[in-house]
Amino acid sequence: MTVAAAEQRSSRVPARAGGLLLLGVVLAAVLFLSITVGARPIALGDVLAAIIAPAPDSTTHRIILELRLPRTLVGLLVGAALGLSGAILQGATRNPLADPGLLGIQSGATLCVVLGISVFGITTLSGYVWLAFLGAGIAAVAVYLIASMGREGATPVKLALAGAAVTAALGSVTSAILITSVETLDQIRFWQVGALTGRTTDILLQVAPFLLFGIALALTTGRILDGLAMGDDVARGLGQRVQLNRAFAGLAAVILAGGAVAAAGPIAFVGLTIPHVARAMTGPNYRWILPYSMLLGPILLLGADIIGRVIVPPGELQVGIVTAAIGAPFFIAFVRRRKLAEL
Amino acid sequence: MSQNHQLSATDVKLGYGERTIVEKLSITLPPDKFTVIVGANACGKSTLLRGLARLLAPASGSVYLDGRAIHQMSTREVATVLGVLPQTPVAPDGITVADLVGRGRYPHQGWFRQWTATDDAAVASALQSTDTLDLAQRAVDELSGGQRQRVWIAMALAQRTDILLLDEPTTFLDINHQVEVLDLLTDLVRTQGRTVVAVLHDLNLACRYADHIVAMQGGRIVAEGAPAAVMTSAVVKTVFGIDSEVVIDPVSQSPMIVPIGRHHRLKQAVPAE
Amino acid sequence: MNVNVQFAPAATVAAARRKLRTRHRLVTAALTLIVLALVAAALTIGDYPLPVAEVVTSLLSPFTGVTDPASDFIVLGVRLPRAITGLLAGAALGLSGVIFQTVLRNPLASPDIVGITTGASSAAVIAIIVFHATGLMVALSATGGAVLIAALIYALSWRGGVTPYRLVLVGIGMAAIAAAITSYLFTRARIFEVQQALAWLTGSLNGASFDTLGPLALGLLVLGPVATILYRPLASLELGDDAAKALGTRVEVTRLGTLLVAVVLAAFATATVGPIAFVAFAAGPVARRLLGPAGNPLLPSALVGAAVTIGADLIAQHALGRNQLPAGVVTGAIGALFLIYLLAAANRSGRGG
Repeated sequence: MTVAAAEQRSSRVPARAGGLLLLGVVLAAVLFLSITVGARPIALGDVLAAIIAPAPDSTTHRIILELRLPRTLVGLLVGAALGLSGAILQGATRNPLADPGLLGIQSGATLCVVLGISVFGITTLSGYVWLAFLGAGIAAVAVYLIASMGREGATPVKLALAGAAVTAALGSVTSAILITSVETLDQIRFWQVGALTGRTTDILLQVAPFLLFGIALALTTGRILDGLAMGDDVARGLGQRVQLNRAFAGLAAVILAGGAVAAAGPIAFVGLTIPHVARAMTGPNYRWILPYSMLLGPILLLGADIIGRVIVPPGELQVGIVTAAIGAPFFIAFVRRRKLAEL
Repeated sequence: MSQNHQLSATDVKLGYGERTIVEKLSITLPPDKFTVIVGANACGKSTLLRGLARLLAPASGSVYLDGRAIHQMSTREVATVLGVLPQTPVAPDGITVADLVGRGRYPHQGWFRQWTATDDAAVASALQSTDTLDLAQRAVDELSGGQRQRVWIAMALAQRTDILLLDEPTTFLDINHQVEVLDLLTDLVRTQGRTVVAVLHDLNLACRYADHIVAMQGGRIVAEGAPAAVMTSAVVKTVFGIDSEVVIDPVSQSPMIVPIGRHHRLKQAVPAE
Repeated sequence: MNVNVQFAPAATVAAARRKLRTRHRLVTAALTLIVLALVAAALTIGDYPLPVAEVVTSLLSPFTGVTDPASDFIVLGVRLPRAITGLLAGAALGLSGVIFQTVLRNPLASPDIVGITTGASSAAVIAIIVFHATGLMVALSATGGAVLIAALIYALSWRGGVTPYRLVLVGIGMAAIAAAITSYLFTRARIFEVQQALAWLTGSLNGASFDTLGPLALGLLVLGPVATILYRPLASLELGDDAAKALGTRVEVTRLGTLLVAVVLAAFATATVGPIAFVAFAAGPVARRLLGPAGNPLLPSALVGAAVTIGADLIAQHALGRNQLPAGVVTGAIGALFLIYLLAAANRSGRGG
């Protein structure tokens, strides 16, 4: 019995590790395309030259270093952050609908950016970063505090409901401002879509420390989520401090989601769907779901960004639109094909 | 409940999607008897029960209720004759015991028919026979596992059907409540002439209570018949893959399976009768 | 066994049921009173001061024949249609929401989340921005959008049956596509068109009149009773598909029927007042918490929806002085605060859902 179980387990590990490797290769290809494809196609040689020995007067080199490379890296980090935070939030609340958009994080960020525009007249992307971060943090803390009230503390259902309630309340204030201020609406509509356009090195440097820290934190939560997946009582029985662990996992998710929305605006679809795809590929073990989500997220996000760059020349389609327009049909086909494991 | 309804399956193939679990299985459940299905985990016993209960449509073959193909009958009509307690029912948040058991009256109510005293009486006697009457006003999610299990059995009883199929009705129960539930099911068979089919884990209780025992392994029926005739150590070996000795249960005179295991070699083969 | 002993258990059960029924009636009666009070407030409060007596006279004027053109116009032409629109739209959204949440067994799965409202919204935004439509055409395309996306979601979830889980996931996918269309149009359109679309998307009772209320009123009149009839099979569906089937419930038929009712209600309400935020989401959980274990949440949810909508409109119109806001701005805030209060304070058993 035990031998068979061990054999079964050991035969799955290489398959899953192989899958991870494969995703890594796909991601590398996407990264490469993201740097080379665009309004001005760039050869691989130029990319290498620009990195190793940049020539200050070469337009190509400047495009690579100042536009494509930071944009690609932002996309990489944001995609990974969204995939991971979605997986964590779904695991910690045991709700397949949980995601940064539903738990108040994105609406908090949006409201803060809207306030920044309408009250303080801030209109730069790098200005938005801090505002969005602040808003995401405040909203997340509010959601957690509200869900923690009452006898049993922050149960999954209460977290989900509190998140939705906070989202609605903040959304109300946002619409009130937008309805009364045309200038703010005119600014926010381009940010609110979710885009990687114009994300330059300064934005990358602003968000990268948070996102890298969040990713590292997130990858340690697998054991916690696997316990929580079996219900609070079982997790407690296995020696977990349920509330503390859920808060810890939540913290990682908030840092990631906050960083992502700060860098690229509110992108809903990635965090919501990537974990489902990862779960269907790996089975219910969060120690695998997390790294799979981390790789699948940027594959979807950067893939969509590349398509958005070439699909309507000479213009661009924002990545938030393309992820949904292309990702959603894929996701639906996927949902139909697989017998998805319920949470 | 006096009329005898007959449930049988012919050459059914049952499974989930691509995976076939039960293949070409035929069975006729003896009416007015207590039939118990036993077998190791994943032998297809729950799948068979779901097939018999028309919860799972067979890929081929048919299940017949009184000679009619059960999947062609109106599910409501079936529900007045055949009741099922599935393995993992869901209790809606906050529902009370009386309300949950009352939902067992569903097939007896029309679209416009109101709740009547008959329904109250049926719910009450179901609660009483499962020893849960004093829980009537409690919320189901506040109950212990054993109490909850008895409440679910009460819901199936409230349906008042001639045939009753139960998937592991004694899980979560203390030994006293296990015996009580099985006594109760036996009463239904003996005094009211109902047909009861249950999947059970405990072999010895199965042998003690069953009129008819069905032993399954790998999706097939290995043996069926009266426990005394069927439960031999050879059958136990095939079904559970374990050496055992079959002795006579001193209380009920039914076969009692004493598993041997690795640490207890047979010292002296005591001849069983 | 004497008669008494046999009789007592049934009495116990009947008593348990009576207790729940009493609570249900109390909650329903209290909610009805609240809704009536809010309607009364909506009829009397306003920029044009009217004493209660004149409001009553105006309301009765079709029967008494005593007319006063000025106050009749204010009461019958402006305030009454507005209050009734709020009542009907709120009730329809509340009912729709609680049906979705019950069928899909997920407190998050209201029509705003699983794509129905999103479909209506993007269809309306297309009508406004691409075809420069107004009024009836926007309403029609919103209805069409909701029904179309619901049909697509159901069809795409169908694989020899529909599971709630698959329905929810496909709904999310379709909602994402619809939302992307809206976002895309928002970035491409001229700013005043965006403004116009946003005003519709927020949802308001401005411009409510008896002329546009027909479909919604008829829908509620027909579908309300249908929902009530379907509640019993829906209640067995709550026990899980297997248990429901065992009880003789036609699972797929019930699921399709109830969802159809919920979709049409949401579509008509959205077409009439726009996708007013959060009413459909909050009404069910709020009603369930008020009811406790006391059963059928349909009517109480409809009443909660109506109360939130009318109350929000009152606040939106009058609370901020001259600055009138659309009701949809306030529903989110009110619904959210109330839900938060219930989560935190009235949560006796500490459970969610």
